[in-house]
Amino acid sequence: MTRFILTRLVLLLVGLLAASALIFFTIRVLPGDVAQVIAGTDATPEAVAAIREQLGLGQPVLLQYLDWIGGLLRGDLGNSLLTGTPVASELAQKAQVTVPLGIMALVIALAFSVPLGVLAAVRRTRATGVVISFASQGLAAVPVVWAGMMLVLLFAVVLGWLPAQGFPRAGWNDPLAAIRALLLPALTIGVVEGAVLLRFVRSAALDAIGQDYVRTAAAKGLTRSQALIRHGLPNVALSVVTVLGLQIAGLIVGSVIIEQLFTLPGIGRMLVADVGNRDLVKVQGELLVLTGVVLVIGAVVDVVHRLADPRLRERERTT
Amino acid sequence: MTAGQDHPRRRAASGGLRTLVSGPAGVFGLVVVTLLLLSASVSFLWTPYDPQLTDPFAKWLAPSPAHLLGTDEVGRDIFSLLLVGARVTVAVAIGSAVVSTVIGVALAALGSLTRRWVRETVAVLIDILIAFPTLLIAMMIASVFGGSLWVVIWAVGISFGVNIARVTRPEIRRVSHSEYVLAGKAAGLGPVRNLTRHLLPNVAPVFIVQLSWSMAVAVLAEAGLSYLGYGAPSSVPSWGRMLSELQTYLAVHPLSVLWPGLAITITVLALNLLGDALRDATDPTLGRRGPASTPTSPQGVTA
Repeated sequence: MTRFILTRLVLLLVGLLAASALIFFTIRVLPGDVAQVIAGTDATPEAVAAIREQLGLGQPVLLQYLDWIGGLLRGDLGNSLLTGTPVASELAQKAQVTVPLGIMALVIALAFSVPLGVLAAVRRTRATGVVISFASQGLAAVPVVWAGMMLVLLFAVVLGWLPAQGFPRAGWNDPLAAIRALLLPALTIGVVEGAVLLRFVRSAALDAIGQDYVRTAAAKGLTRSQALIRHGLPNVALSVVTVLGLQIAGLIVGSVIIEQLFTLPGIGRMLVADVGNRDLVKVQGELLVLTGVVLVIGAVVDVVHRLADPRLRERERTT
Repeated sequence: MTAGQDHPRRRAASGGLRTLVSGPAGVFGLVVVTLLLLSASVSFLWTPYDPQLTDPFAKWLAPSPAHLLGTDEVGRDIFSLLLVGARVTVAVAIGSAVVSTVIGVALAALGSLTRRWVRETVAVLIDILIAFPTLLIAMMIASVFGGSLWVVIWAVGISFGVNIARVTRPEIRRVSHSEYVLAGKAAGLGPVRNLTRHLLPNVAPVFIVQLSWSMAVAVLAEAGLSYLGYGAPSSVPSWGRMLSELQTYLAVHPLSVLWPGLAITITVLALNLLGDALRDATDPTLGRRGPASTPTSPQGVTA
């Protein structure tokens, strides 16, 4: 087991290193003269030279990369080219919106996809099951922006229950307003992501229904649903855990688009703005942090899966 | 190739098609994809109105026989815009399918037919690249080269190429140990010939399924990126752009926002269902054998 965790940890480090290299070289080397890109085509040579100086572009590329990584290890992602503020502190500030948004969306997604997915599997031949699985198939095809617009229409325009946009100026000092502001965006991401998750849950539950242990339990007097819930659910839970890694990537992507739609001051909206402003130092840092989150959660999910699944533990002991 | 050799393969293909259209999902997928291709081609010859024609006296008209889906904030006919927008959808879907095929085949071949250390390195690389969400790849490219439809095509192409490589690499490994490939090798076929002659036709079913899904993701990615302003330029009508332009009027003219969203959803649904149907149609030969071939349609991950 320790060996597995160590191997996974090494793989994670290799992954983070590769991701950082990929991001750095794509952004810094691919465009040729990065200073010109940042300054824009109509910039004076002096402005370009100033940016070149600021980025340390006189040094060899490898040294620049190591310099960036070195800073990274000290928690220093450089300073914004536009405002001069440290990228790390801006990220930390924007995370106060994006992280709660992601967690809320995940909770919403799980809260409706797991019970409905199991229900769809149990009632697969009846109307309930068919309707649920059709609806999830349809929802999974909806672009997240459009889902957001439709929910705004319903909950903000027609019903007037929730704000259509924005985040309270006081931030989390006004927790109720903050949560109200995040509810609709989280619901949007949660519904679309949840629809994808629901299909996984359904197929995992279907798989469990066909297993001998469920049939045996049913033969010994439990109803089929009881048998499935008591013996099938742990297995369903495991397969949900494995796709959670994928779901996290979906949540992050969803938040980039949804923060734009709801004008939330989060990391995604900052990234979109910085790409537009060609603030490449910030873009670099933001991309690395977002990919890093995906990689780290993927690794955690793998380890949890390994710890939670007795079959995998058993296999390890025998080999 | 003589007719006698050709015969069984043709029979297999028509059998596959029959299985494909035997279920409602496959039929729906094929019908919608055909309609999409038709709309895109027809739009070159004819649209009810000039899609770029603005008319201040005809803005926000409700759907009527004259304007099937009504008009937008500058009086453009929404139905005509949708027809022309289908071109972008088709272009992005096909473009990213081509890119992902090239990248997928290259990575899968490098990861399965080369020396051990190259193979293993590529395998680790695939595992790492797969974690990159498509949209972040797109933002990375857009930050350097600015936004365009190429950003969508490359981003989806790269991320799905990696996906395809991950699914097909084990298949190629498996097939490359089969007797007919060994026989081919013994008979003097080079690695490239062997790849095109024996390996690729055998992994083609897995491949085509992935391509169908990758097109669905491409359509969603176009919508998302054009919405963010890094996809289609403002001069090109696209479904994603229509969403972002009409968003401002959501509260006043909600019906107008409905159409592009529906168009995207139906297209994506069709491509997803087509992928599922293709998977089921090809299941008996290359089915869910082992972890490699339990592909997960990753639609939500992208946009």
